[in-house]
Amino acid sequence: MQNENFQDVTPLERHGFLRALLRAVSTPLVAVILGILLGSVIIEVSGYNAIAAYVSLFQGAFGSGYSIANTLANAVPLILAGLGVAVGFRAGLFNIGAEGQYWMGAIAAVWVGYAVNLPWYLHIPLALAAAAVAGALWGGIVPGLAKAYAGAHEVITTMMMSYVAIFFSHYLLENGPMMEPGYVPQSPVIRSSAFLPVLVKGTQLSAGIFVALAAVAVVYWVLYYTTWGFEIRALGLNRRAARYGGMPVQRNIVLALAVSGLLAGLAGAAQMMGVQHRLYDSFSSGYGYTAIVVALLAKNDPIGVVFSALLFAALGTGAQYMQIGANVPGRMTDVITGLIVFFVAAERMVELASRWLAKRRQQRRSQAGRPGVGPAQGRGAELESKGAGV
Amino acid sequence: MGTPAAQGSKTANQPPILELQHITKRFPGVVANDDVSLDFRPGEIHAILGENGAGKTTLMNIIYGLYHPDEGQVFMEGRPLNLEGPHAAIAHGIGMVHQHFMLIPVLTVAENIVLGSEPPGFRFDIRRAAAEVKKISEAYHLEIDPWAKVGDLTVGLQQRVEILKAFYRRARVLILDEPTAVLTPSEIEDLFQIMARLKADGIAIAFISHKLDEVMQVADRITIMRRGRVVRTLLPTETNPQELANLMVGREVVLQVKKSPYRPGPVLVDVQNLVVADEHNYPRVNGVSFQIRRGEILGLAGVDGNGQRELIEAIVGLRPVRSGKVLFAGRDITGLSPRQVSRAGISYIPQDRQGDGLVLNFTVAENLILKDYNGPQIARRGRIDFRRVRERAQRLVGQYGVAPPNPSLLAGNLSGGNQQKVILAREMGLAPEFLIAAQPTRGLDVGAIEYIHKRLLELRDQGKAILLFSLELEEILSLSDEIAVIYKGQIMDIVPGDKATREGLGLLMLGARKSA
Repeated sequence: MQNENFQDVTPLERHGFLRALLRAVSTPLVAVILGILLGSVIIEVSGYNAIAAYVSLFQGAFGSGYSIANTLANAVPLILAGLGVAVGFRAGLFNIGAEGQYWMGAIAAVWVGYAVNLPWYLHIPLALAAAAVAGALWGGIVPGLAKAYAGAHEVITTMMMSYVAIFFSHYLLENGPMMEPGYVPQSPVIRSSAFLPVLVKGTQLSAGIFVALAAVAVVYWVLYYTTWGFEIRALGLNRRAARYGGMPVQRNIVLALAVSGLLAGLAGAAQMMGVQHRLYDSFSSGYGYTAIVVALLAKNDPIGVVFSALLFAALGTGAQYMQIGANVPGRMTDVITGLIVFFVAAERMVELASRWLAKRRQQRRSQAGRPGVGPAQGRGAELESKGAGV
Repeated sequence: MGTPAAQGSKTANQPPILELQHITKRFPGVVANDDVSLDFRPGEIHAILGENGAGKTTLMNIIYGLYHPDEGQVFMEGRPLNLEGPHAAIAHGIGMVHQHFMLIPVLTVAENIVLGSEPPGFRFDIRRAAAEVKKISEAYHLEIDPWAKVGDLTVGLQQRVEILKAFYRRARVLILDEPTAVLTPSEIEDLFQIMARLKADGIAIAFISHKLDEVMQVADRITIMRRGRVVRTLLPTETNPQELANLMVGREVVLQVKKSPYRPGPVLVDVQNLVVADEHNYPRVNGVSFQIRRGEILGLAGVDGNGQRELIEAIVGLRPVRSGKVLFAGRDITGLSPRQVSRAGISYIPQDRQGDGLVLNFTVAENLILKDYNGPQIARRGRIDFRRVRERAQRLVGQYGVAPPNPSLLAGNLSGGNQQKVILAREMGLAPEFLIAAQPTRGLDVGAIEYIHKRLLELRDQGKAILLFSLELEEILSLSDEIAVIYKGQIMDIVPGDKATREGLGLLMLGARKSA
């Protein structure tokens, strides 16, 4: 994606940019299509009608204004947390603990939301900022410092910090300082001055979507147009060259993980302030883990994250409708998600498959190129080489 | 050890054992081999000479079954050969020694040799394998201890293991892909003797190289390739290095570096008693001192791994200095960060151009700003001005002749020579007073080497100081005004460039104190 900075050079290069874009998008697209195809096989084998399932899945996600709004609402935390994971990846860091950073952000936003009394135009920014700081500290300060100065692997530290965050929320809510008086382990409702306004009545779609899209724009700009973004991309692609180039590698490891956590923390805040309005006691929101998948499918591109988050959000909202409409268990969407992840991760496999196809085509062409050889014989050659391959 | 031409012509009448006819191989965007026809005869060394990217390696990979030709046919003893992979090639008696060895360092010589074609039977009988290896090594005069661990062997001996591996599999055609690139001068002599013996035993040898003198020395026939095509096949008796170089590059090449007389200026760089340790805290540089004057190239000669890398990395701030001092223009720069060193006016061409010098997945333009992306020429308050980036990229790409001249190409898509030009352009673009060039021409072809040498000498003539570290003695000898020889982290001697001889330096490189 670096090429867009040069897209106005010559028409030829613009063409090259388009081709690069197509190449960038092709693998995720192929993965999604393969996931859906193989998913339909599994649905059929399980005794359901795959077409009916996909139709109702689609209707559930995009069939009406309400469902579209709910899909968008579902995408908000996925965009933010996915963006966070993507920033980490861009710096070559595997932030697997977005879930914990999401929780810390949620806790901070909810606490500011009910414990502080301010007009909305101060309350909302303050709650968001608190969540951002909480997420950044959770992602950047502990795992980042440990990675940069002690060599502790961020996969371990972010994951462990994630557990700490989740158990911390249990402590706060189960007879702890944030529990609402009564017997239910949940926090008080935040003040309405900290509510992100609902955009479509009767749905969960709130102004959180603007927070998410603004974050995408900012991250995109920082990555591609600032010196710090340049450092982060260099760090992720070749740490030794970054050091050779005189960049502050250690400091950037900490900062990249902090920004990664900051965005996941914002995801928690957007969900609390726009949808839930209070913190419930639970083991997982699931957003932090799906965020990793979102970033993977998006190939860590900020714009790609939006589309990839929308896809997984649609699978989420469509699932309930599919259960009711086509009588297919909603969990089937998890199977499809899993398959997509598999095919994204197996990028090399997709590559190999397409190369194999190209070779096959070429062989057929060179066979067909000889005078008097028809397509039938071309197919014969194909069978022959298949036999040889076994 | 020059090969008598008579021997070459004697074998010329034998029927070829391996023959390529009209081989064409295309890759997206390039024709790597274009209608190539060649043959290899028993008891003959056939050198394939060409620049990087001329299609030598592609051709050898076709012979070895790694690639399938789009057109054309390979014949073995007159019969068409359809190779589905290296296994098939090996079965037909074709062996290949790759430039980078395919050995497992923790296993013994015998284990490595039999790996993949172990003696039949469920139980792996290592004793029998060792005995067989011993037998073969004696038959071919390739002495080696079958029980030695490969990781403990020198590079030359490891190569011997690779050659034995081929003969364990009964190779009759041996492909050597740039075999001398990794060897020291004496190891190269050993290899040439081995090649002569194999030739006498009737083995057909394909010798891939881009080094003219070596090819002249050992080859019975020389085929020159350029841009995927065979330019000509010659006998060494009817040609000379200059003609070969011209054919290889496709134009008149200056083989001998033209150097203006040495006009030393004031001392610019003063290294005093430098001690540097490696990652394992083992001292690699033990009290090195030298000075470099303006208008001087100081060559740093030595066998690889004698502290050259650590010394250079310590000077540029990539490695902590344990003790000692580096003075630059009278200022103490010991222990400064890489950025501070760079800002002080010191540029550095690292020896690992892909590992350190470039971000391969960045564009050429982005690589050209790798060091001063936040400097006043490029950035304004943390924002990169891409108009300036583009202007610089287009200027430098044109000025340094980077091909293809498209700054938005990824650096990883360029050839090695052009990657080096990008690094050179960036480092020179910083207008350094002192340039450190670590193996600046390693792996490059004649044209690119000529170019880089010219640029280094220009810089010297402008009154800058240059530290040139190279493992190629020829390069050191032809460029340096002074030559410092390093051995086990110590400078053995510093000799004037015009008084140094190959032999004298060779002795110092092995640790002899007094210069010849």
